[in-house]
Amino acid sequence: MYKVLKATFITIWSLFVLFPIMWAITTSFKPESAVVNGATFIPFLEFQPSLIGWKAILPGPDSLTNLLTPTLNSLIVTAGATAISLIFGSLAAYGLSRFTYGWKNYSNADIIFFFVSQRIMPPVVLAIPFFLLLKELRLLDTHLGLILVLTSGLMPIVVWLMVDFFNALPREIDEMAMLEGCNPIQAFFRTILPLSKPGLTVAGMFCVIFGWNDIFFALTLTATKVLTLPVAVIALNGTVTPYWILAASTVFSIIPLVGLAFVIERFLSRGNLGGAVR
Amino acid sequence: MKKGYPRFFLLPGLILLIAIIIFPLLFTIRVTFSSWNVSQSGLNFIGGENWSEMVRDTRYWGSLLRLFYLSFLTVAIQYALGFAIALFAWKGIAARRFFRVLWLIPMMTTPSLMAIIWRSIFTEDIGALNGLLSRVGLNPVNWLTESGPANIAITIVEVWQWTPFMFLILLAGLLSLPKEPFMAAAIDGASAWKTFARVTFPMMAPISIGAIMIRLIDASKIFDSVFTMTRGGPGNATETPAAYIFQRSLQDFQIAYGSTLALMYLILAILTLTIIGKVFARLSKPRGI
Repeated sequence: MYKVLKATFITIWSLFVLFPIMWAITTSFKPESAVVNGATFIPFLEFQPSLIGWKAILPGPDSLTNLLTPTLNSLIVTAGATAISLIFGSLAAYGLSRFTYGWKNYSNADIIFFFVSQRIMPPVVLAIPFFLLLKELRLLDTHLGLILVLTSGLMPIVVWLMVDFFNALPREIDEMAMLEGCNPIQAFFRTILPLSKPGLTVAGMFCVIFGWNDIFFALTLTATKVLTLPVAVIALNGTVTPYWILAASTVFSIIPLVGLAFVIERFLSRGNLGGAVR
Repeated sequence: MKKGYPRFFLLPGLILLIAIIIFPLLFTIRVTFSSWNVSQSGLNFIGGENWSEMVRDTRYWGSLLRLFYLSFLTVAIQYALGFAIALFAWKGIAARRFFRVLWLIPMMTTPSLMAIIWRSIFTEDIGALNGLLSRVGLNPVNWLTESGPANIAITIVEVWQWTPFMFLILLAGLLSLPKEPFMAAAIDGASAWKTFARVTFPMMAPISIGAIMIRLIDASKIFDSVFTMTRGGPGNATETPAAYIFQRSLQDFQIAYGSTLALMYLILAILTLTIIGKVFARLSKPRGI
């Protein structure tokens, strides 16, 4: 009885998870007639697959839009924001894990809370001032501008994950390095950093996911030059582009990150992720 | 130890974050006392007019109330389902690694783009869901033009998108649990249910709280699904504060008033989440593990 319930639950959940993705993939191969006359599901049986959706978004004679530049923009912005967040975030997290800071009544816990609370900040609160600030600094519609803004949302994740991660690393490791004549900075870079790969990978993956998928800041702070991939697709959506083209461009945009699911699973199975969330 | 070292670690990140955030925050506070809009730009001073207008803005308070139940409801469902599938993927099913990858995938997809796909699923005349319903002989539902179904649609999308996040954090937590308590429970002959209630669940409490807090924080910003799928409609039936403020300040360019709403939204979010965090901390302490 329990086994039947379990199998049913797993089947239903897996179908639910797969359904929108399968729908997106099949829709991207549908000709117009298979979309506008009501829902069709099974290729070859209910409709003849066609490449018109894909031809519209890939370079070629039938191309309607250029998604390659936005892809490159998304890569640059995501990589930049992830790198800055990881470097500054893990340094701060290490400091907060090993030293005691005090300023008036504020302690380490308050500083950590300050970092993490930045995550509460709804992007809509900052959209307009960021717009004016970047305009003033001539950073509007530039990679650097968007990277800096995204960093404010990603660094909190790094600090949150890495403080716990560093807390779990025994202090004896750095003390040993310092006995051998390293100063704390050398101890961090020579002994702690190499041990932190699992934690940094997990934090980095979260940064990549949230950075790549950001729509709000990319929508308000970039115009044409630094159009990111999601914004480019949203723009298509705004011009009443048919569903087969939208589906093709969505599938195109989510493929790079779906690969990350495999990376994360490998970490889980090797047991490296456990320490990173504890 | 010299004083410089601790500062070397903390200050670069702290200063960078403050530098990015401080101007926008101060500007937002200042602009709420001005009348900056389409026809009048610049920082004049009109006192608390925006604030008193906000108090009377029922559409705004309605959107906050909606966000309140929408975020609690979706996070509760995400936690229950996420925990269940994490337990299955932890041990006891075949092809565990396959299911782990499969169940992680929604988290990797871009919410704003999946919302376009979801809209094509919920679309009433040519959408997938009504197509399926009619094939099994059920009546089509007005998913996007009726307020009840539209809220269900948003809930379904949020659950699909973010349950994998819960799943990931909880599974990683389960995998890092020590083995001894489970052996002890097995020696005592505890049933599977009792082992879960007395051992697994209490040991997972700190991680559960962390995961729920992070999800609540992100759920307090629900925007992508609403913006792309329903635009807050039908009427204002699915409008969240982020969607309403987006419309007021970035589409109608009522910058001063939009900022007032945004600032209040931020204050309420910080207050609510801090209180929830404190309650959680108190709940988890006396049990002790």
